[in-house]
Amino acid sequence: MTGAIGVTVRGNAETSAGALFRALELTLGEGQWTCLLGVSGVGKSTLLRLIAGLETHADFRGRIEASDGQRIPGRVAYMAQSDLLFPWSSVLGNVTAGARLRGERPCLARARTLLARVGLAEFEDRKPAALSGGQRQRVALARTLAEDRPVILLDEPFSALDAHTRSEMQDLAFELLEGRTVLLVTHDPGEAARLGHRIHVMTARGLRSIPMPTGEPPRPVDDPSMLACQGALHRLLRDSAPSSDGNRGAPAT
Amino acid sequence: MRGWHSAVLAALLLGAVWQLVVWTTGVQHFILPSPGQVLAAMWKHRVLIGEHAWVTLVEVLLGLAIGSALGIATAIHLSVSATAQALLRPLLVFSQAIPVFALAPILTLWLGYGLWSKIAMAVLIIYFPVTSAFFDGLMRTPHGFMDLARTMGARPAAIMFRIRIPAALPALGTGLKLAAVYAPIGAVIGEWVGASRGLGYLMLLANGRAKIDLMFAAMLVLGVVSVGLYLTADFLTRRAFFTDGSEEAFRSRAPG
Repeated sequence: MTGAIGVTVRGNAETSAGALFRALELTLGEGQWTCLLGVSGVGKSTLLRLIAGLETHADFRGRIEASDGQRIPGRVAYMAQSDLLFPWSSVLGNVTAGARLRGERPCLARARTLLARVGLAEFEDRKPAALSGGQRQRVALARTLAEDRPVILLDEPFSALDAHTRSEMQDLAFELLEGRTVLLVTHDPGEAARLGHRIHVMTARGLRSIPMPTGEPPRPVDDPSMLACQGALHRLLRDSAPSSDGNRGAPAT
Repeated sequence: MRGWHSAVLAALLLGAVWQLVVWTTGVQHFILPSPGQVLAAMWKHRVLIGEHAWVTLVEVLLGLAIGSALGIATAIHLSVSATAQALLRPLLVFSQAIPVFALAPILTLWLGYGLWSKIAMAVLIIYFPVTSAFFDGLMRTPHGFMDLARTMGARPAAIMFRIRIPAALPALGTGLKLAAVYAPIGAVIGEWVGASRGLGYLMLLANGRAKIDLMFAAMLVLGVVSVGLYLTADFLTRRAFFTDGSEEAFRSRAPG
């Protein structure tokens, strides 16, 4: 990794159903966790996919820039709600998948080190199907780290885990991704309040910011100011939800 | 193991009903022989049947190999080329509208009475199911895998060979299992139209000489060959493609 970079997104996005966001400005601070919270269908995943250079249903007009002025593609790693492990590959094969897909020689020693750091050193020959949901997501984290990119885009990566496993994964991810610029898209106010250096709530009227809890992330699960922040975020999410309920059941875009 | 047991039970039941029909109707043995007479004929003519079965088996295996290879190559080609899709797909569908049976005499005319006209029949009959099953699998690569590959900067060839093809192997397995059942049908049709060897030829010969017990024996052996091929294909696809062999389990885990 060659030093942390910040990322700034400015612009408008429209879908066939109308404007998704207008005059949006989002900055991911260098080496910081930026949490993006919002109800389903508000466009937070679309924003993440735009930064990742992935296809979206939206027509985006604007700029996505890195703080060093270089191109962003090739400098992001992506982790989704689903672990996206290849069921035909071993755990080690999955961690080294990126190098193989680029036609490079995978560094097995480094992959084994990363597996040890996520606590799965003994599991390198297993197939993903033989692992629990939490273990699979830890393999996905090791694969993300193996990519060694300065910008990490996390699209609800912990939302499918049970509460206990989730808080463990949050701590582990925060520790291992230190020094990288992280965008965490989530619909869990508690997750954002625990992990964010910055927290933005995405609503139909644009980004809203709230007072940050005291203390450095990752904040303890019972920290009073974290819990107060979680409550405020909850309130904001409820107030920002469309009154017609029209979007509540819509899939995340 | 329970599946195996019930298959034996079903066979015994069928044999019993068959025997019962022969007893109650008193039908002549040259119209419908009893199961015992068929088994006796099978044992008596075991060398003859074995020789002809071997010929058919070679035709079927070569047909399976060539047809599957062509089907796999076509599916990969279709999945990467929009032009190929636009041109070939209508042709493929149209080719299915023509009964393969109707082509058998022409194939015999073109390729002669030997092995190759039968192999060609087997190839024609399995080409479409293999192509279609594998192509569908290749077009249903989970979006999440493609997103991941894109952020990783994967090369197009690597996406094909390391993601899309492995993800489509369970679908290919389904196609190959169908092919294993269809290929013997193709070979036997070829033998009926014109041959001097093979189980299809033997059945026709026995039928013409009112040796119905031998005809049934040959047919039974053909059935066993087909089932054997199916089980082999099933076993191989489970072993080679997925440990649990279940496409559904894989699809339900992968994001849509």
